[in-house]
Amino acid sequence: MHRREPSNWLTYQHLNFLKRQVSFTGSCISCNWFDGTHKPQTEFSHLKPTAENAAVQNVSASRKAGSPDEPPHVQVETEEEKQARLDRQWKQLKVDRADLPDIYARLSKIKLTALVVTTAAAGFAMAPVPFDPIIFFVSSLGTGLASCAANSINQYFEMPFDSNMNRTKNRPLVRGQISPLHAVSFALACGVPGVALLTLAVNPLTGFLGALNIFLYTCCYTPLKRLSITNTWVGAVVGAIPPVMGWTAATGCLEPGALLLGGFLYSWQFPHFNALSWNLREDYSRGGYRMMSVTHPTMCKRVALRHSLGLIGLSTLAPVLDVTTWTFPIISLPINLYISYLAFRFYHKGDRSSARKLFFCSLWHLPMLLLLALTCKKYSRNQEGATLPAASLPLTLPAN
Amino acid sequence: MTELQVTCMQHLLLYLPRSVRAPSPARLHACRCSCTRSAYRPEPSSTHDWVGPPNPLSNLRPIVYHIPENETELEKRLRNLRQETEDWNHNFWAKQNITFSKEKEAFIISQLKAKGLTLRDEDGRRRSLSSEEMAMFYKNFLDKNRLRHANYNKEWYRRNFTITLLMARVTLNSVWRTVSERHSSKKNGTPTS
Repeated sequence: MHRREPSNWLTYQHLNFLKRQVSFTGSCISCNWFDGTHKPQTEFSHLKPTAENAAVQNVSASRKAGSPDEPPHVQVETEEEKQARLDRQWKQLKVDRADLPDIYARLSKIKLTALVVTTAAAGFAMAPVPFDPIIFFVSSLGTGLASCAANSINQYFEMPFDSNMNRTKNRPLVRGQISPLHAVSFALACGVPGVALLTLAVNPLTGFLGALNIFLYTCCYTPLKRLSITNTWVGAVVGAIPPVMGWTAATGCLEPGALLLGGFLYSWQFPHFNALSWNLREDYSRGGYRMMSVTHPTMCKRVALRHSLGLIGLSTLAPVLDVTTWTFPIISLPINLYISYLAFRFYHKGDRSSARKLFFCSLWHLPMLLLLALTCKKYSRNQEGATLPAASLPLTLPAN
Repeated sequence: MTELQVTCMQHLLLYLPRSVRAPSPARLHACRCSCTRSAYRPEPSSTHDWVGPPNPLSNLRPIVYHIPENETELEKRLRNLRQETEDWNHNFWAKQNITFSKEKEAFIISQLKAKGLTLRDEDGRRRSLSSEEMAMFYKNFLDKNRLRHANYNKEWYRRNFTITLLMARVTLNSVWRTVSERHSSKKNGTPTS
């Protein structure tokens, strides 16, 4: 058996190029370019071969979405081994206890949940009230559980669509690792305690916002993705609610400061998502997703630019609303200008690389912005302005 | 190698980068290519479903549903509904993917023709269009299929709900059955504890 050194001749870029040439109409070639560790799901079908159509069927047939940067490597195997491997690919739907944490992590989109909890925590921290670590922890936990529930239901609804998109092929329901009922039960097991925790241990307003967010995400955003481009705006609201929840968890009421923080997330969503969706247009089109990047490309770029500039305006609004000092708009100007610059380039060039640059910038821009806001937080406020509803915190500890 | 396999190999080699294009005989033999679908489908077990590899056309995984001993009416209904939904899903997505690829191919050819270019360049490599040019096709595809997608969506949600509710009922029933069996066997079992 000889192994060829992959990086010498066949790189991920080459395979991606080949993948783009895939046509399902013609011949059925698929070759195993991957060894068993990648668990290739290359399939062989006996469609009629066509001579000139020359379709290369899925040379990189199933690439796990989780490992986009690993170069594929080639392994030579005998016919029997290959058949045995194919046979092994039929798996019994038997949930191994040991796999459950990993499955649940992917079902609940744990990284996204962590980001949501971080934005909620930022909202909590920005609220101009004494920091209560217990309520902070409880509200973060409740928000995290609510987010897990929403993400699980989203995956439950979207199973056939996820199967057909490269980015999402790796999800548990798509791979058949758990049943749909299991996913729904997990969602209920997270969502009900999460919302209950927020309502009873924090305050009803936060609980209501949590439940509203779950509803918006699962029953509005998810179906809308396939019906209309307004899904992006609904999704931006969904992203804006967690910091508002953090603020209301701390103060107990909806104040302009909370809405401002929500506004930051709302505006940020557009350069973030529009840039991401720009390079996924083929998958969205094939999967039937109606996204601005596919149906209204000019609007997509314009909206991203508009909201990037809007972030500058919102940063200036922060000291006006007594959320931060006047230092904040000044020190956040460089990063806001940078993302606006990248959005402007995206608007003008509208190519893959400018979209990618804007997307990656958005990933660090948001945490940076929130951190800067935190460092410029305004601690002293007028007495009339601040309301500390101790009555709405039924589980306040005696020490407090 | 069969003739089909040889054709496959030729096609495959055409798309490899130049540096690889002229493989040595050793390399040729090393790349085993089979164009027959593995028709393997395991027998239904009585306890667990079998989940297979994704179908190349629809990208959905086939499932061989388990048939429990003493299958109840409800369980049979669930199994049939799941199987039928799976077939329906597979048909939709296979058709969708095939149509998409066909129309994409036709679009690329027509665009290249309009530019006065052939499908392949001098090296024999396929020409591709820029992503902006392809974007026209993607938009068109989505707009053309809007109603079809919306109908599929509605139907899929309805089926998904029904299946999940049925699964819940089946699970509750079997739990209840197990509990009541255990309860009655305890009653009829050892008289002293």
